[in-house]
This record gives sequence, C-alpha cells and structure tokens, in this order.
Amino acid sequence: MKLGFSLAEEAFRDECAAWLQDRMANAFADIRGIANLTEKIERRKEWEQELAAHRWSCIGWPEQWGGRGASLAEQVIFAEEYARAGAPGRVNHIGVELAGPTILAFGTEEQKAKFLPGIAAGTSIWCQGYSEPNAGSDLANVRTKARLEGDQWVVNGQKVWTSLAHYSDWIFVVARSEEGSKGPKGLTFLMMKLDQPGIDVVPIRQINGEAEFNETFFADARCPADSLIGTPGDGWRVAMGLLAFERGVSTLGQQMGFRNELDEIIRVARENGAARDPLIRQRIAKAEIGLRLMRYGALRMLSRTDLSAIDGAALTYKIQWATWRRDLGELAMDVLGQAGEIAEGDAYEWGMLPNLFLYSRCDTIYGGTNQIQRNQIAERGLGLPREPRGDV
Amino acid sequence: MDFVFTDEQVMIADTVSAFLVESATSERTRAAMAADGLDRSLWASFCEDLGLAGIGVPEESGGVGLGMVEQAIVAEAAGATVAPLPLLGHAMLVRAIVAGGSHEQKDTWLSRLVSGRIVGAVARAEHWQDKGSSLSLVADFVPHGASADLIMVCGEARAWLVDAAQPQVTRIGHVTMDQTRPLATVTLTEARVEELPDGPAAIAAAEVTGLLSLSAEALGVAQEALDRTVAYSKERIQFGRPIGSFQAYKHRLADMMVLIEQARSAVYWAACALDENDADAWLALHAAKSFCADTAFMCAANMIQLHGGIGFTWEHDAHLFFKRARSIQTLMGSGNHHREKVAAMVLGEAA
Repeated sequence: MKLGFSLAEEAFRDECAAWLQDRMANAFADIRGIANLTEKIERRKEWEQELAAHRWSCIGWPEQWGGRGASLAEQVIFAEEYARAGAPGRVNHIGVELAGPTILAFGTEEQKAKFLPGIAAGTSIWCQGYSEPNAGSDLANVRTKARLEGDQWVVNGQKVWTSLAHYSDWIFVVARSEEGSKGPKGLTFLMMKLDQPGIDVVPIRQINGEAEFNETFFADARCPADSLIGTPGDGWRVAMGLLAFERGVSTLGQQMGFRNELDEIIRVARENGAARDPLIRQRIAKAEIGLRLMRYGALRMLSRTDLSAIDGAALTYKIQWATWRRDLGELAMDVLGQAGEIAEGDAYEWGMLPNLFLYSRCDTIYGGTNQIQRNQIAERGLGLPREPRGDV
Repeated sequence: MDFVFTDEQVMIADTVSAFLVESATSERTRAAMAADGLDRSLWASFCEDLGLAGIGVPEESGGVGLGMVEQAIVAEAAGATVAPLPLLGHAMLVRAIVAGGSHEQKDTWLSRLVSGRIVGAVARAEHWQDKGSSLSLVADFVPHGASADLIMVCGEARAWLVDAAQPQVTRIGHVTMDQTRPLATVTLTEARVEELPDGPAAIAAAEVTGLLSLSAEALGVAQEALDRTVAYSKERIQFGRPIGSFQAYKHRLADMMVLIEQARSAVYWAACALDENDADAWLALHAAKSFCADTAFMCAANMIQLHGGIGFTWEHDAHLFFKRARSIQTLMGSGNHHREKVAAMVLGEAA
C-alpha cells in the first residue's frame, strides 16, 4: 500500500501541469475556472479540440484511438493538474468518459473507427438518453420504442434530463425494441445523430434559473441499422456497463471542483468572520475531512485489480459525494449569511456559493437517488433481500 | 501510487484476524472483564505464537520492523473482536522507546515487551515533581494501567519509564464502563524512573501510534457491528419476512456501510501518510480519529437498535462494541477537539 508517486510519474505531472497552466494563462484564459457546462460553449468546444490536438483529451484510451494508454497513476495526476490549472469543465465529458469507453468495451471495429476519432478530436459532442417521465428511479421502465424498418431503426418516445442535448451532436438512447417486453429485457442501445427532423430538444428551466437539462422528443427519429451497441434486446447490459464507467477516474476531476467550492467557503468565512464561530469551524472541518476521504476512497476504488468483485468504496461513492455536496451547499449559505440571499445583478443569476446551494439539491437525485443508492448498497453490498417488485 | 494492500499485508490481515476470531471468544473476553480486563494467556500467544507484537520494532532489536499500515491492520482486527488485550499501550510504548529511547533502554525493554514477558502502558501527567532520579505525580485514566509492568509517563516535552513493581508506584484500577480496557489512576511517590533521552520524539511516536491504533480499532468495531447486524437481519423473521428485507432497516445498514467505507479510507490514508512522511500526516490523523470514532459509535448504537430487545441484554455482545466505541471517542481527544485542529489547519491558523 503506497500513496506517493514515482519520479517518472512526477515528471509526467510536471509535463501536463506546464502545458495546462500555459493554456489557462494565455490562449484560453477567457474560459479559465468555468465549472458549469453551458457558458461560452463555442470556446469550450475549441478547448476540447486544443486538448485533442496535443493528445490530452482522453489519455486513458489506447494510443490507436487518440489516447496515451495512460496508467491509472497518470490519469489521477492529469485529473489533479487539470483542475489545479483551473481548466474548465469538460463539455464532452459524456463522450470521453461514457460513450467512448462503452464503444471501446462493447462496440465493433467499424463502430470504433466511425465514432472514436470524433470523440477524441473533440469534434463530436455527446449526451445520454436514459431517463423518461416514467423511468426515473425505475430506470428500466423504458417506454421509448425502437423498431427496425428496412435498414433503419425508427424511434418514438421521450427522454428527459438529457443534459447538454441542446448543443450535442450525438445521443445514445436506450429504447424498447421488443413489443410487449418489460423491465430490463427487450431494450436496445442506439447511437443517434441529434440534428434530424424527428428529434426535438426542449430545455428545462431548473431551480437555479439555468437550463442545463432538456426534454428530448423522438417522432419517427432515425438511425442506420448498425447504430446499435451489442445486439437487439441486449441494451440493459450495455447501459449498466456504461454506468460503471461513471465511477472512473473522472471522479477525481469532479472532486477538484468540490475543492474549489470548499476553498471559496473557507475564503468567505475568514473574510466575514464566520470562521470565528466554533460550530461553523466544526462544519468546515467535517467538509474538509469528507472531501479528503472522498479522494482516498476514489484511489482505493481505482487501485483495485479485480474489477469484477463488488467493491464497497465504489458502491457507496455516489451517496457519499452527493450528500457531502448537499451539506456543503447548506454550509455555504450559513457562512454567507443574508448576503447569500441577494443576487449580484438584476437577473436571477447566482454566484458560485448560492448556486452551489441550489444546484446541489439535484446531486442526491440524479444518477440514482440517495434512497435508491441505499437499496443498492443493502442488496448488492450487504446481500439483503431484494425489494419486492410491484405490477402496477 | 497503489492504494491497496500488498500480498504480504493481506496475509498479515488474514492471519491476525483468524487468530483473534478463534481465540478472543466472547466467553474468554467476559472472563477477562470480570477480572482486570486483560486476557494474559491470549496476550502471551499473541506475542509468542503470532509474533506480531514486534511490528513497531526494528529487526535488530528483536522485532519484525513493519510500518504503520501493518500496525493499523492489527488494531483493526483487535477492534473487530473487542479483544481484552493491552495492544494500545503496548504499541504506543514500543514505538516511543524506538523513537526516543537510549540504546540501553532499547536493549533492556524492547525484547521483554515484544515477547510479552512484561505488559506496557502509557500515561500522561499535567504536573510532576522531579528530584533528579525520582519522580512524583498522579496520572489519571491510564488504559490497562493497573495491569502494566512498565509505564511510560509523558509530561509536556519529557517522558519517563517507570517500573510499576516498585512500592513507590500505586495503581488503582477503576470499574470502567468498557471492561475490555479498564482505566487506572497511577500515582508515583518519589518513584525511580529513567528518562527517555529524546522526550519529544518518544511522545510524538506514542501519540501518532495511539491515534492511528484507535482509529483502526474503531474501524474494526464498526465493520463487525455491521456484519453481525446484517447476519441477524437475515435470520430474524417478523411479519413473515426477514427483518433485513424492510427498507427502514436496510437503509440504516446502508448508512453504516457508507460511513465504514470512508473510515477505511481514513485509517489507511493516515497509515500511509505516516509511513511515507507525508506533510498531511497530522491532518490525516485528526481526520481519522474523529471520523472513525464517530463511525464506530454510530454503528454500535445501530447494532443495539437493530437487534431490538436482545441487543440491550448483558448476554449479547452488542454492549461490548457499544462501550468500546464510546471509550474510543473519548480517548486521546474528542471528535470536536480533533475537528477543531483540522479547522485551524484549513483556515490557515495552525501554530
């Protein structure tokens, strides 16, 4: 068991830190520090392409597909230096961290050749179509239908909470392809071009006034017959494999964003005197401890070699960070005091900390609510009896 | 960077855990609780048969020369069985002598401690009267202090070794809530002592070892409380179903696991930080002690609640875990104390 990095790894750190810091100080200084995924979108796409041009867009991928075949330690280092340099949130994170790894794991050679270069180059942006109005926590209750018509799949239905669909090029969709099938059976995993007459994207305004999520409507939307990953009816297995990628190295980058939020709370607390309150001090300490433990939990989860075994650190990670961040939002408001209730300008737009307070309410909901997480931890992690299924 | 146990560490964990599960039975623990809270024959075979009492001692001094990760592995297993062993004081004392003792002190004491021929304890004193070679003081709340043969007393920046057998040392063992690690008041009246030449190093070594051991012990307590409650929840039937199938019950067990996984990260982060001389080692220790102690208490309290009436009885072991967890919370500084240290560090006020 060892936490430190080797000399070669530290040299790699110097290399990526120098490159990232130069870009953030010069050519891309205008997008430094942007955490959300909606601001200055065109510049953000240029940034994705700049990363790609220097082989930094997907370093964990094989070299053949534009990556560096980077080791785990190198990926950890890159994620840390990326955030330390203040580089902006990755607008193509779904492509790089979800779609790409899924295609690498389950796709055919033709699909790899067709899709991976665009993702690696930052020229095709991806979003995901899982949730539906009646498939939230019960994710397998998919109603969106897909039928094969000649050499094309034809899709009808509705997805919801499709983040970033309004500027994405591609969407992956889980749709019911077997008439009369129920639950996880009979689903097919399709990759569709968003820019077509059969797809309509409608933004959803959310609690903080912004619109990062969308409803996506499919009315005879089409894609070629070979756009499926795996086989027809096998979509649930692919989708679940993909969710496992969500707990990869990207979590470390996400944590660096949390670091910035906690640092801002600490800065404000020192400035406005809240840091003298012993109870606030206890909560700041708890936040700091929670964030550190998140990092070492992620390192444990990434270090293990038997990826098939059920791993407690991985299974509990979602509820851990989501709850931590929700509490951080509440701490932020207590530190800000009444100033936290007032917007900076005339619009209903919020600075980092009040926005954290509002936005973090979704963290304990999306990607499996805290209640669903507890069910999964109890059933998969502790082997307790499964929840009985209803038939309403 | 490789944050998993090595094969050797897995082997140590399996060995010590198998030994304690087999030997530190509830029956033997209860026999020790009725006496002075120390199972001497268990301690003897821990030292002689298992050979793991010398983890903190270099090989040239008769030990096995392993690091803090291994120290934590042993403490975790001991916590999981609430074993009535003097491990805490032993580990602290041994590492203190290694860090701050003279050659002669190392030669005299380490092999005797490691072989289990004598039992060690560590005490802290606020005031003392020093007359050159003799010392007078009162030290309260000394874990296993009434059973120890050799006691290290820590004051400010000085540390002394005291042979407890001399008539100038009196020890009063108290009826202690956690009977698996009773506390004693140790009084020295012009007692013969030998000062450790490097007091600050000895005290620091004892302190980091103690905080890490308590954190790891707490992790073991918490995990075992969860495991036993999970097993019970699958057997116990009410309303025609195993009680573990009810969401209200499952969710509490899930919450225990969420905390335990973090506690595990905390313990082994702190252990690695110490082994690797990382600048965050103290931050990690404060984090681990506060987080793990609270996690152990939460899990042991849930163990009682989720067992229902049987969990409230003397007969069931739940109270052993509950009382051990409570004592870990208080020993070597409360959670609030350690979190305040963390706050001072992150707010940039650290001394």
